[in-house]
Amino acid sequence: MIYLDNAATTLHKPECVIQAVVQAMQSMGNSGRSAHEEALTASRVIFDTREKLARLFRCARPDHVIFTANSTEALNIAIAGALSEGDHVISTDCEHNSVLRPLYRHGNVDFVPAGKDGTVNYNSFTELIKSNTRAIVCTHASNLTGNVLDIARIGQIAHANGLLFIVDASQTAGVFPVDMERMHIDVLCFTGHKSLLGPQGTGGLCVAEGVELRPWKVGGTGVQTYLEHQPEQYPTRLEAGTLNGHGIAGLSAALDYIAEVGIDSIRQQEQMLARRFYEGVAGIDGVTVYGDFSTTDRAPIVSLNVLDYDSSEVSDVLAQEYGIATRPGAHCAPRLHRALGTVEQGAVRFSFSHFNTESEVDTAIAAIREVAK
Amino acid sequence: MIERKLRLLVTFHTTAGAMAMEKRCKAQGVPGRLIPVPRSITADCGMAWRAELEQRRALETITADLDVDSFYELIC
Repeated sequence: MIYLDNAATTLHKPECVIQAVVQAMQSMGNSGRSAHEEALTASRVIFDTREKLARLFRCARPDHVIFTANSTEALNIAIAGALSEGDHVISTDCEHNSVLRPLYRHGNVDFVPAGKDGTVNYNSFTELIKSNTRAIVCTHASNLTGNVLDIARIGQIAHANGLLFIVDASQTAGVFPVDMERMHIDVLCFTGHKSLLGPQGTGGLCVAEGVELRPWKVGGTGVQTYLEHQPEQYPTRLEAGTLNGHGIAGLSAALDYIAEVGIDSIRQQEQMLARRFYEGVAGIDGVTVYGDFSTTDRAPIVSLNVLDYDSSEVSDVLAQEYGIATRPGAHCAPRLHRALGTVEQGAVRFSFSHFNTESEVDTAIAAIREVAK
Repeated sequence: MIERKLRLLVTFHTTAGAMAMEKRCKAQGVPGRLIPVPRSITADCGMAWRAELEQRRALETITADLDVDSFYELIC
């Protein structure tokens, strides 16, 4: 099987990640629930992982790294915790439902429109600002087109206008440099199981110093037990219930792996593979590719359609007849599919890991060529 | 029988604060260890850093930028 659905979750995890989870399941107690060695082992692993993530994302404080189950939970915490009734918020057509649905629930949101190639006009952010605008929430890269948004530029707009800047780094964390301080990011939301190469059920948010988010969930913390409300101090403020210590141990090992291989090296390999695939399929009669390929600074995603075939059918043929795993349909990105004009057909998404090979890419190109005949 | 003597205790608002303390003390070779917080300090749960009284100055320096709740001198 050739796995090209890495934007959904990376299948190939480094061996050290698997071993770390196994070891954690054999040795870790419940973090913060006692001071015996097994509980301390869990607390140490979790704190070390906070430090590694703070370093990776240039978050000023490790205790402002909060663990969640995934990006969706992190984004819910960030959006519900930052916005009050009546606050206006700006987002983009490029967002995943993990951003869109929390924003729709809040209401009072305007979207920077995406063009036919999925790109946005950065002047639109400024044009949409109102007197009651509180925040800009946007993705770092589209999970549908792979287009990368210039978050440093958007962060500058947010900073200059006194707005909170909340970033969804689901498709970029671990592959693209993210610098919260330089990019003026107030809250960075990430998932552990995609390009961070960790287990599913890991993720979190990094909160800049001075940013106060109201707790979204409350409950057991192992500290300040007789308080009737959630403790005010980060990270406990936003963490209730037992953390996924076993998963976080795996994420910690994945962060070591990424540091060893190098973000730049991983990104270059993935971009090379995605570009090779794009160049292989873009010229095939009957194939339509979506996104802005005028730049090489892209997330390693290529979404396409073949003739007028239903994307679900093409993805199924690729899986059943060619052993190639892709993602069809709407990719939880309804606004962007509307912008691309692909609501009816959906699209077949190919997404690459640095563990993929050129040979696998060439096999996928050959498969598309056959399907398009 | 549990043996007790007058010791220094440092408490924290969060588990993360306690872990930051332990890590820094280990790195700097400052002796002590984390214990469940004595209920004579608070009925709340959590951990405290237990050390000998003569470590106070070193610990005050170490904790200057950490999320520390309080210092106590306690027979424990």
